[in-house]
Parts: sequence; C-alpha cells; structure tokens
Amino acid sequence: MNGPQDLGGRSGFGPVVPEPVEPLFHADWEPRVLALTLASSALGHWTLDESRHMRESIPPLTYLRASYYQIWLTALEALLERHGEVSASERQGGTPETPGLHVDRCLPANRVVALLEAGGPTDRPAPAPARFAVGDLVRTLNHQPDSHTRLPGYAREKPGIVVAIHGAHVYPDSNAHRRGEDPHWLYTVEFTGADLWGDGADPTLSVTIDAWEPYLEPR
Amino acid sequence: MHDHDSDEGQPDNQLDDMTARVKALETILVEKGLVDPAALDVIIETVETKIGPRNGAKVVAKAWVDPAYAARLEADATAAVAELGFGGRQGEHLKAVFNSKTHHHMIVCTLCSCYPWPVLGLPPVWYKSPPYRAKAVRDPRGVLQDFGVDLPASVKITVWDSTAELRYLVVPRRPKGTDGWSEAALAELVTRDSMIGCGFARAAA
Repeated sequence: MNGPQDLGGRSGFGPVVPEPVEPLFHADWEPRVLALTLASSALGHWTLDESRHMRESIPPLTYLRASYYQIWLTALEALLERHGEVSASERQGGTPETPGLHVDRCLPANRVVALLEAGGPTDRPAPAPARFAVGDLVRTLNHQPDSHTRLPGYAREKPGIVVAIHGAHVYPDSNAHRRGEDPHWLYTVEFTGADLWGDGADPTLSVTIDAWEPYLEPR
Repeated sequence: MHDHDSDEGQPDNQLDDMTARVKALETILVEKGLVDPAALDVIIETVETKIGPRNGAKVVAKAWVDPAYAARLEADATAAVAELGFGGRQGEHLKAVFNSKTHHHMIVCTLCSCYPWPVLGLPPVWYKSPPYRAKAVRDPRGVLQDFGVDLPASVKITVWDSTAELRYLVVPRRPKGTDGWSEAALAELVTRDSMIGCGFARAAA
C-alpha cells in the first residue's frame, strides 16, 4: 500500500540525528510494548506480515508523529481487537468483558528463550523452478496494491540486475491478508542510483532490495 | 506536570498517557490468561542482555583474523554466525557484506525497522525514524556526514534495503596498525554504527 511507511527517497525529513547517550529504551512503557507484542504474537492469531500491515495502516499523520513503540502499541491494540481478544471497550474500561480465546496458546515464561532462539524462518520448499538467475536483467513491475506489499515505491518500474537468489520465501502480499503463505522465489535486485534518482543521483551509488518473483519481469 | 504545583511531581496514582494505555492493555491480557507476566520479564531480560552489538563485534573480529571464517561468513552468514552461538528471531536469514577500500556498504529498512537482532540487538531510534529511512537509499553520503563521517568520492557505495526477511550485517574494514591483535582486542574497535555502515571501526589507539 502507498502508506506512510514507504519512506525511501522522501525529502524534507531533515538530517539523521544520532543520540549522544543512547538508552535501549526511552520510557518504562517501551519494553512492556515490545514484550506484549512478542507475547501476543505467540497466540497465533496473526503473522508478522499482518502485524506490519497493521502498522502501515495507521493514518499517515498519526504514523509520522508517533514514536516506533507508539506505532507498535497502536497496531497491537488493533490486532487484538480484530481477532476478538481485547475490545476497545475493554481497553477503555480496564476490565475484561469476555473470556480470552487462545488461552491455550499463552506463552509461558519457560518457553520464551526457546521461542526467541528458534525465530521464524520464512524459507519454504519452492513451488516451481526459479524464473531468474544471478546476472539476469530484470525490471520491477508497477506493483502498488492497496493491500500489503514489500516492493517500495521508489523501486517500482525500475531496471535492475539479479545479484543473489535466496530460495522460495513466504510471500508477504498474500500472507499479510490470511491468503496463505504462497511462497515465491526471492532475489536480491540491484539498481543504479541514476535509475532510481535521476540526473542528480550520486554516480557511485547502487541500491538493492529483496524482491519476490511476482514483483519482477525480464528485460 | 502542567500545573503550578508541579514541583511536587505527579501523585502516584496519575500515570502519563502512554504508561496508562500500556498498563491497561497488559492488565487485560494478563487477566484473560492471554499473557503470562513472567514471560514479559523474560522477554525484556533477553533483549537487554542476550542480544546486542557485542555479538556482531565478535563476528567481525573473527572474520578479520580468520580468512576461512570470513569466507564462510560471506558464503552463509546464518551458519557462520551460529558457529559463535548467535541466531534466532530477526536473524533467521543473515547476509554479511564486506567493506573494502573501494566499496562501502550501508543497511536500512525503508519500510519499517528490520534489523539483525541477534548480532546488533534492537535498532537505535534513528534507524527506525523517518529521516534515516528516507535519506539512506538516496543520499547515503549525506547520512554519513550526519554521523560526521566523510567517505572519499571515489568509493563506490551500496545501500541494502531490508525489504524481505534477510537481515544484513556490514563487516567494516580492519583498522590499520592492528596486526597481531587478539580477537577480543579487535572486537573493542567494532562499533555498532560501523556494522550498519554509518561509520568506520575505531582507529587503533
């Protein structure tokens, strides 16, 4: 979707401002949001792709003003509401009104380390032979669905070259919307700065994205 | 604290908006049996103590002293990083990119905040914020200047936008004058920013 998350190449945000002193968290509520997000994802209602889509569905004026953990909390509230676990009325009232649904999936403390160590690999058996090989010249499609996609706006309809092939991976465009994992081949595609940014581009620049096969056509 | 008696601070029963909102959600999740509060504490302890840039620095230092390890890191970073005991969430599929005298690498996630947790920890605020996400893919030299770093105009620069589940780690150049240094001593020179590509490793003292 052409949402507020799609920031690559936008002007006007000013310089990057590193912090001289850099605490891991900037308020006591931030680690709680991180932990609640990870623990709630273990309930199994949604995928990482769905949660990303929920974050980028936050209205642009809110998204761009929010800190990252505020974005996470807003999306977590919305996910729990969508999947019937915590309603807005419960949040506002501060007391449960209905029983929890996936209580059998509640993450116990003694499983946390194993869960974090296992992670969630997204490689899958390939559904078909790869269409492209390293060195192939490709072009990204003008792919800009209203729904979730991981093809950034700045890299649409751009000529590139395949520089790596990573096997088949879960396809976010499907998986974010509960249409299944629908694995597709994943490639790293490299673009020149000039092809992305025009005549003012840094001549020494190249940019890569990781692109699923449905984002690409041969050229 | 907006009123005249703010010197005395807030009463204990008044929480700021974000604290109150998070507390409300946590309370309901716990009361419903959907979240174990002890699990939250373990999650926080894990991200505070088990992951972080010291892990990545060990990987880089080993790659500097051990060419065979560097070759394995280049071929399959997930496996090479696992040799040192690191891996897991947000590091399931790792790729290492190597800086040289003529080629500099920088990593970004323009679409959200993808970052190699097992080797670098949680991302810094600036990495997740719009200025970096907007600027890195278009003007990485300008980003480096924001960090006080000048990259010679002749050096090629590649920016890796983490749009899938691959997580990137930059292996910075080994500082001059460090021949014969131990891995542990070398790891002290490897900064977090140098492994994102927003800086260089520290010079040898």
